[in-house]
Amino acid sequence: MTSPHRDRAGRPLVAVTGLGIVTSLGEGKEDNWAALTAGQSGVKRLSRFPVAGLKTTIAATVDFIKAEPFCAPALSQEMAMRAGAEAVGQAGIGAPGDFPGPLFIAVPPVEMEWPHRRALAEAGANGEDVTYATLLAGARTGKFRAWYELFLFGTVAENVARRFGTKGSPISLSTACSSGATSIQLGVEAIRRGETQAALCMGTDGSVHPESLIRFSLLSALSTQNDPPEGASKPFSKNRDGFVMGEGAAAVVLEDYDHALARGAKILGFVLGCGEKGDSFHRTRSSPDGAPAIAAIEGAIRDAGLSPDDIDYVNAHGTSTPENDKMEALGLASVLGERMKSVPISSNKSMVGHTLTAAGAVEAVASLMTIATGRIPPTINYNVPDPAIELDVVPNVARDANVRYVLSNSFGFGGQNTCLVFSGEPG
Amino acid sequence: MDREIWITGIGMVSSAGVGVAAHLEALKKGDAPQVDNDSFAPYRVHPVVAVPYEQQIPKKADQRQMEAWQKLGVFAAGMALDAAGLKGDAERLGRLEMIVAAGGGERDYAVDGQILTQAPLSEHPAEMLNERLMSDIRPTMFLAQLSNLLAGNISIVHGVTGGSRTFMGEEQAGVDALRIAEARIRAGQADAFLVGGSYNAERPDVLLIYAMADYLWTHEYAPVTEREDRGGGFILGSGSAFLVVEAADVARARGATPLARLDAVASDMPVRKPGSVAASLDGMWERIAADFDPSRGVVFSGATGAAGVTAEEQSVLARRAGDATVHVTGDLFGHLVEPQFPAGVALAAAALSEGLYDDAVVTGVGHRRGEGSARLSRVG
Repeated sequence: MTSPHRDRAGRPLVAVTGLGIVTSLGEGKEDNWAALTAGQSGVKRLSRFPVAGLKTTIAATVDFIKAEPFCAPALSQEMAMRAGAEAVGQAGIGAPGDFPGPLFIAVPPVEMEWPHRRALAEAGANGEDVTYATLLAGARTGKFRAWYELFLFGTVAENVARRFGTKGSPISLSTACSSGATSIQLGVEAIRRGETQAALCMGTDGSVHPESLIRFSLLSALSTQNDPPEGASKPFSKNRDGFVMGEGAAAVVLEDYDHALARGAKILGFVLGCGEKGDSFHRTRSSPDGAPAIAAIEGAIRDAGLSPDDIDYVNAHGTSTPENDKMEALGLASVLGERMKSVPISSNKSMVGHTLTAAGAVEAVASLMTIATGRIPPTINYNVPDPAIELDVVPNVARDANVRYVLSNSFGFGGQNTCLVFSGEPG
Repeated sequence: MDREIWITGIGMVSSAGVGVAAHLEALKKGDAPQVDNDSFAPYRVHPVVAVPYEQQIPKKADQRQMEAWQKLGVFAAGMALDAAGLKGDAERLGRLEMIVAAGGGERDYAVDGQILTQAPLSEHPAEMLNERLMSDIRPTMFLAQLSNLLAGNISIVHGVTGGSRTFMGEEQAGVDALRIAEARIRAGQADAFLVGGSYNAERPDVLLIYAMADYLWTHEYAPVTEREDRGGGFILGSGSAFLVVEAADVARARGATPLARLDAVASDMPVRKPGSVAASLDGMWERIAADFDPSRGVVFSGATGAAGVTAEEQSVLARRAGDATVHVTGDLFGHLVEPQFPAGVALAAAALSEGLYDDAVVTGVGHRRGEGSARLSRVG
């Protein structure tokens, strides 16, 4: 018997054997990769609801999957099911409905939405002004039992867990805009400590509805350059003015390398390292010195057993907000030094928008496909360089390159910073 | 690696009081819990006591940024850090990891009511909604609603800036938060965690979710285990519980005193059907508490009062716990949802630290999904 493969820290190596993705660019790796490397944008004028009175009237919504009537947990769940089916199918692991490991799934926080409130208000109407007492009276009619299940925080995870037959208690998580990366980090940790030999890690977010859009709008986080929609998301450009909301889901099958080898699975890549650091500076803003982001980047590279000089490409968080992109460039420059000026970095968000809870997982899939295909997707809409950001953002056109090690960044509200390092080879 | 794990700090607040000592005192007295029968009639809630927020959240600006669920949590987290001797220890707080079990935050009830009153009268209700939301929502309200912003506020107020993860999913989020913290310390992946959750029951939007499926107890007050014959149900409670959980070697090295040893945490989520909860809890008991000694042991049950599943859990305890004292935490402060299980573990640790018992089991039974168990023992 050969000795087990271990990483440089003596831990089980974490291989990737399945990938699945749904974004505004389409369903599946093939369509998404073709569009991402062609520099196509999935951002469009909103048609899901009237936009009168809104400052932002665009988003990268997933409209080809119907969750009618629209409701965020319903769309999020359906996208997760499809991305999961693609990933688990590719991995060919276990048996249908019998995945041999746990589920870690990043889901948007659920909440009752306006159509549901209106229906409850109508059912409980007593001729007076509506208050929550009216809604509660509506709830007591017993007509809305199905909505209780819809608006529990744990429902999507349980339904996805049942569909794929994952083992144990599935974990629903949120670390804001780094959630998708956190789901992968939890899977990596579980495999490294020998608790499981496989894990299904996902992120999903289909929550573009009026109130979610307005909330980000009121925080001045969204681009208001609505025309043309596909030009709004322009990470690292001088004229960037906020992010564009996106929808999507992605799934990654992680597996102990030896387990994958033993069953003859095709190895798509490896998760070599994870880094994480909290920020206590502000609820929505990052520390201006970038220290927490720097710590997360350094942590991921160290955890991978690499040095900053090894990083060939950075899959950026790159939201297109003035503050994030500046802070991210600063953080990278501080870790990679002068060399960062020539390390290619690109933002998938220039094309698929900010898929929020799903972003870290969506970008993990793009990172692994970059390694597999040797082709770096571009940062589109890069027409006005920002002199304060000296980066090679792979402007507008995809580029062929031999990429061994990718750093993928995710930063979020609430001081969340999570970075991952991917590779094609085991170390 | 297989490290010993200690609980070295507890912060708690609920309708039963402020601080874990007040909770143990209330347990010993065995009085009926505080219930507010009127504010949300016909629904009852266990209202949180007056909380001296300024003791843990000194900046008024911070308090203003948070809604009640966050303030309760930040307060209890601060108490736990104080108790563990970590408050203000910037170096250790900078490495302390956090797993928070959370739902979502409050709404602006007046704005919601006005919009819903206006909607049927409006010719263009969707446009009206856009206009009202754009003009009437406080921009910072979102930050009081986002699930991960309890953790975010703990980082800001107390300086906890190791990892930060928020688990969602009602009761089971609290179970899995502790399970993952325990597993990571045990395996040497991390040294210390702040783990817990927080819940504000005194808000109509959370009552609404459970009212839709008729889960709320509306009859006159009855203990959790005496509701089955009238259809079962729970009374939501406001409160928070946080624990500092540390590798014993790390805690010892910094001179910290253990409250209790955390021996194991288990969770599972089999498909719910008659008997599944009993089988799940029974299996976990066999795995982590087969040698439980009832003569020196105590059980803290996280039963909700929901029909069927509560009776199944009680049947397991009747078989497994022997003559051990069984406390149903819902009878002390109601159903706290996400923090219910961490609160049970906190009470067990406190009871062990007082020397009242040597051995403890904590159960959690989600009203809709998920079961959990923890095993604790007295140190020394």
